[in-house]
Amino acid sequence: MIKASGGDRHRWRKFKSGLASTLSFSSALLVIAPLALVFFHLVISGATSVNWDFFTHLPAPVGEKGGGMANAIVGTLELLALASLVGVPIGVLGGVYLAEYGSARINWGLRFVADVLNGVPSITWGVVVYGLVVLRFKSFSAYAGGLALGLMMIPLIMRTTEEVLLLVPNGYREASLALGIARWKTIVHIVMKTASKGIVTGILLALARIAGETAPLLFTAFGNRFWNHDLAEPIAALPLQIFAYAISPYDDWHRQAWAGALILVVGIFFINVLVRFLTRERTATVL
Amino acid sequence: MGSPSRFGDRAFEWLTMAMAGAVALLVILVGWQLSRDSMLAIHQFGWNFLVSTTWDPVAEQFGAAPFIYGTLVSSLIALIIAVPLSIATAVYLTELAPLSIRQPIISLIEMLAAIPSVILGLWGIFVMIPFLRDYPFPFLKKYFGWSGLFTGPIYGVSMLAGGIIIAVMILPIITSVSREILRSVPNLQREAAYALGATRWEVTRIAVLSYARKGLFGAVILGLGRALGETMAVTMVIGNTPQIVLSLLKPGYTLASVIANEFTEATTELYLQALFEIALVLFGITILANLLAQLLLKTMGTTQTTRAVQ
Repeated sequence: MIKASGGDRHRWRKFKSGLASTLSFSSALLVIAPLALVFFHLVISGATSVNWDFFTHLPAPVGEKGGGMANAIVGTLELLALASLVGVPIGVLGGVYLAEYGSARINWGLRFVADVLNGVPSITWGVVVYGLVVLRFKSFSAYAGGLALGLMMIPLIMRTTEEVLLLVPNGYREASLALGIARWKTIVHIVMKTASKGIVTGILLALARIAGETAPLLFTAFGNRFWNHDLAEPIAALPLQIFAYAISPYDDWHRQAWAGALILVVGIFFINVLVRFLTRERTATVL
Repeated sequence: MGSPSRFGDRAFEWLTMAMAGAVALLVILVGWQLSRDSMLAIHQFGWNFLVSTTWDPVAEQFGAAPFIYGTLVSSLIALIIAVPLSIATAVYLTELAPLSIRQPIISLIEMLAAIPSVILGLWGIFVMIPFLRDYPFPFLKKYFGWSGLFTGPIYGVSMLAGGIIIAVMILPIITSVSREILRSVPNLQREAAYALGATRWEVTRIAVLSYARKGLFGAVILGLGRALGETMAVTMVIGNTPQIVLSLLKPGYTLASVIANEFTEATTELYLQALFEIALVLFGITILANLLAQLLLKTMGTTQTTRAVQ
C-alpha cells in the first residue's frame, strides 16, 4: 500500500501530520493565552490599588478618593459560611447514599440528575431564591444569598464525596461489619473517616467555585455599601462590588474593581493550591 | 446486633436517601417555582411570548424573541471559536504533547476555569473591548462588510464581543471533558492504525477522533449548555440592546443578561412575571442541552467525564 502511494504521497502525508501537530500545539497556546492576559492585567491594574485601606475601610462615596472593600470581603466570607450550612450536609450525606446505599438504577438516575443540575445556569438560583425567600420576607438578605450559593454547592459536593467514598477498599467495610459494628457506624467512623481528606477537598473545590459567583447574589444578597449587622438584611459581597464598580463611570471605582478582582482571584487560587496540596498528600498515603 | 443499632441503620439510610433525593426535588422545585411566578405572563402572552420582538416595559408588552436570538447567536459564535480550539488542545494533550508538559498545561487550563465570570467581564470591558474596537473590528468591517455580518457603527460592545467572552468561558470545560473522552479510547485502536503504517495525524483522525465522535459531541453540547446560561461576563460586553440584527458588530442582549440587568428594576407585577418567564425559558433550554449532553457522555461508557473541572 505504501509502495503504491509513492514517495511524494508519503512526504505529503508526513507534511499533513506535522501540520496537524503544529496546529494542535498552537491551539493549546491559544487556550492558555486568555489566562495569561487576564492575570497580567489583574496584576498590573490591581496591584497598584491594593493597600491597607482596601482591607480595613468601607467603600468611599462617589468623588472621594480612597476607601476599601472591607465589608465586601467579610460579606463574602459570611455568605460562604451560610452556603456551607446548606450545601455541605446535604451534599456529603447525599454522596454517602450514592456510594453506600441504593440500587444501581436509582443511583444512576440520581447521578444523572445531579450532573444535569450542575449545568443549570447560576442566575437561575438567584431567580428561584428571589421567588421563594426574598418575595416572601420582602427583603434581600444574607440568608437568601447564602441559600442560593448553597443550592449550587449540593450537586458539586455530592459527586465528589461519592467518588472518594468509592475509593475506600471494601475490606475496610467488611472488617468493621465482621466485628459487629453497625453499618451506619461503619460508614461514619471507618469509611468517611478514611476518605475525610477527599471529602474536604471536594468541599473546598465547591467553595472555590462559588466564591466568585455574582449572578446568584444580584437579587438575593443584593449588596450593601455598609457593614451588615443582621443576616436578614442585604449584605455586600466581593463579586457584587466588583460588578457594580466595573460598570460605573468613575475611574477611581474602576481601580477599586481591579483591586477587588485581584484579591478575589488570589483567594480562589489559594484554595486551589490548598486542594492540590491535600490531594498530593492523599495519593502519597492510602487514599 | 441489637435493635437500637438496627434503628440507627434505618434512620441513617433514610437520612442519606432524603439528602440524595434532594437533587431530584430541586429540579422539580425550580420548574414549579418559575412556572408559578410567571403564570400571569404566560396567560397574558401565551406562545406569542417566544416570538414577539417587542420588549416595552412602559407599555407592558413583553416578548422574548430578541433575547432568545441573542442567546443562540452569541452561544453559536462561542462554539465556532471554542470547539476547534478545545478539541485540538485535547488532542495535543492526549496524543502529542511530551509527558512532562501535559500536567502543567492541564493545571493552567484548570486555573482558567477558576477565574470568575465577573472578573473576565471586567477584563472584557477594559482590555478586550478597546482592543477589538481599534483593530479587529475595523478590519472585519472593511474586508468582510459585504457579508452583512460586520456592518454598522463600531461601539466595541457587541454580539461578537459577547460570543468571544463566552468562548473563553467554555474553553476549559470542553477541553477537559474532551480530554477525558480521548483518554478513554483504547490504545489498541491506536496501535492497530500505527501497524498499518498510518502517520500520527492519520492515527488521530481515523483511530481516535472517529472512535470518540459521540463523546466529543457530548462535550460540545455540555459546552453549549454552559454558553447558553453564561451571565456576568456577557452582560458586561454584549451591549444589552434588545434587537434582532444581522450585524455581529451591533449590540445584542441574552436571556441571562436581561434577567441580571432588569430583575431588580421590574416595577410592575407583569414586568417581574415576564422576567420569571424568561428564566423559565432559559431553564428549559439549558436543561434540554444538559440532558442531551449527559446522555451522550454517559452512554459513551466513561465514568469520569462529567466531573471535569467545573
